[in-house]
Amino acid sequence: MTNTVPVKISAKDVKVFYGENEALHGISMDVYQNEVISFIGPSGCGKSTFLRCMNRMNDTIEHCRVTGSITLDGRDIHEPALDVVQLRAQVGMVFQKPNPFPKSIYENIAYGPRLHGLAERKADLDDIVESSLRRAGLWNEVKDRLDQPGTGLSGGQQQRLCIARSIAVSPEVILMDEPCSALDPIATSIIEELIDELKQNFTIVIVTHNMQQAARVSDRTAFFHLGNLIEIGNTNDVFTNPQQKRTEDYITGRYG
Amino acid sequence: MSNLSLIVVLLMLLAMGYQFGTRRSRNVATVNPNLRMHSRPHHYGMMVGLWAVLPAFMLLLLWLWLSPAVINAMLVSALPADIASQSAEQLRVVLQRINNLASNFGVVADAEQWELNAAEQLNQLKANSAIVLTALIAVIAAVGMLLSLQKITPLLKARHQVEKVVKALLVLCSAVAILTTIGIVLSMVGETMKFFSYISPTDFFFGTTWNPRFSTVGVGEQGSFGLVPLLSGTMLISAIAMLVAIPLGLMVAVYLAEYAPYRLRNIAKPVIEVLAGIPTIVYGFFALVTVGPFLRDLGNAVGLSINATSALTAGVVMGIMIIPFISSLSDDIITQVPKSMRDGSLGLGATKSETVLKVVLPAALPGIVGAVLLAASRAIGETMIVVLAAGNSPALTANPFEAVSTVTVTIVNQLTGDNDFSSPQSLVAFALGLTLFVITLLLNVMALVIVRKYREQYE
Repeated sequence: MTNTVPVKISAKDVKVFYGENEALHGISMDVYQNEVISFIGPSGCGKSTFLRCMNRMNDTIEHCRVTGSITLDGRDIHEPALDVVQLRAQVGMVFQKPNPFPKSIYENIAYGPRLHGLAERKADLDDIVESSLRRAGLWNEVKDRLDQPGTGLSGGQQQRLCIARSIAVSPEVILMDEPCSALDPIATSIIEELIDELKQNFTIVIVTHNMQQAARVSDRTAFFHLGNLIEIGNTNDVFTNPQQKRTEDYITGRYG
Repeated sequence: MSNLSLIVVLLMLLAMGYQFGTRRSRNVATVNPNLRMHSRPHHYGMMVGLWAVLPAFMLLLLWLWLSPAVINAMLVSALPADIASQSAEQLRVVLQRINNLASNFGVVADAEQWELNAAEQLNQLKANSAIVLTALIAVIAAVGMLLSLQKITPLLKARHQVEKVVKALLVLCSAVAILTTIGIVLSMVGETMKFFSYISPTDFFFGTTWNPRFSTVGVGEQGSFGLVPLLSGTMLISAIAMLVAIPLGLMVAVYLAEYAPYRLRNIAKPVIEVLAGIPTIVYGFFALVTVGPFLRDLGNAVGLSINATSALTAGVVMGIMIIPFISSLSDDIITQVPKSMRDGSLGLGATKSETVLKVVLPAALPGIVGAVLLAASRAIGETMIVVLAAGNSPALTANPFEAVSTVTVTIVNQLTGDNDFSSPQSLVAFALGLTLFVITLLLNVMALVIVRKYREQYE
């Protein structure tokens, strides 16, 4: 990556504490605009925790404390004037397990835009729903049953519904926390293709346990271990020529 | 030996059988070191104990059940012929006299010689019966224990036998509960049928006047037994109670589940549940002494005429009583909504209150409806608050400021005091009870179905 690409998110010395326990030991990294960056590492290494710092989802966990600075487009996301609601509209999130609301497919998508007042008229809302579903590659499968419950879809469809749901509020960054870990290989490959298309418009940060997936979808890869960022670089370099012994051990399957 | 001491002896036999069985199985195991015992020693012990005691205990029960009839028959056959040929009703009186004489309880008027003889014979028979019973039990217990001790081999599946007995015991216990319910329903149905032989069901279910009169006054006049005013009173009070309890209970539940800090929740929830544990009679006089006059004065202040004992008073207090039913159940249900739902909503930039209102509550709605229906059936069946605070006036009115009466209060009125249990005035209570039972049963079934449906959604 060259310096001509603008930095979207910049983290400096981010530490996370759960009560007394320090889970992240000072992470610093930049995320560039319109790239796909993946976080890999063994379970409990802090990659999901760091991901959740980026839209302050850790705020919802009691006894969780974050120090250090994270900026979005140069603006500190922890500054008091910044509304966490706005932040989360800018930085959307897709979770490990598909979690559609127990509402109709249409309502699942319309939920976010309604909250943020993105549509004045019903027709505008219809447009947002349709375009979000199209961009998530789900429109053709569900256009005739928008009034059916979202929980009735298959796992892969549910996850694409959740992606469409986060697209609907026009975020700039989408955080994905192991989005394919509950899906079968076919649904996984559909989502991976989708990620490839989405990076035209969004910056995507993806946490994954699947190293082939990281290699397939991401421009850059960051390896976390025991709450530390061990190595970050172009995906190709990290997988073919790791600089650190621990990275090499992990990607060759020696532990983790 | 008396029956009580027999039972004590049986318990001692159980302990002895257990000891013998355990020891014997250990011996068998040491004699056959190559064979693995099928069960653990204490299973063999339990088996021997049960074989010693269970058959003997069943004999005891059977004996207690049948022996009085046998003894009576023997007594009657020995009575003078002219007395033995009396009607069953008269014989019963005679036998009662003899019983009283035998137990030295004493009788009215002097006892005749044949009565004294019979009493003597009765005591003799009872003593014989006790001796025979004791002997039989001793034999059966000894045979059971010895035979089962003999049967202990490495191949004997003692654990299976013991577990079968335990299972039978569990089935028996649940059967008691279920049979009691069935018995209650059947007895109510029977009495209700008798009532409907006096009053036609149409007059009962659709009659709009409740005026049963007293059974002693004017046998020719039947009085009117219209259910409608009572049912409307019940519904009016329940509706007021639900109006009070649903908003309050739900907001308590939302606060406890979503906003309250962990420690406050742990204290507040049990404290609110204490409300459900206060005896309803206490709520009743709270309504009568405090709430009723307060509402009346409040009404005066704004120019409304509110009776101190009215549907409103009873409804408000009843609403307070059922708050914990709604808040506690709804709180559990709201807490069960998966965290991923909340994360999904918060991740889209919803605030906490938007998340609660638009995602959590709709997801929990079926369960909350179930909780509300359970509370409603509780309100409909509630008695003591209404007895004291509703004014007991069975008039058909929709005005909550007036005194009304309910189905439960009327049951109390019809069954208390001096009355003849074969008059329609008393029998109507069973018809009312059955009606109430059917209504609350339907509500409960509805609630259970809805709650179950909700559970399927996430598991």
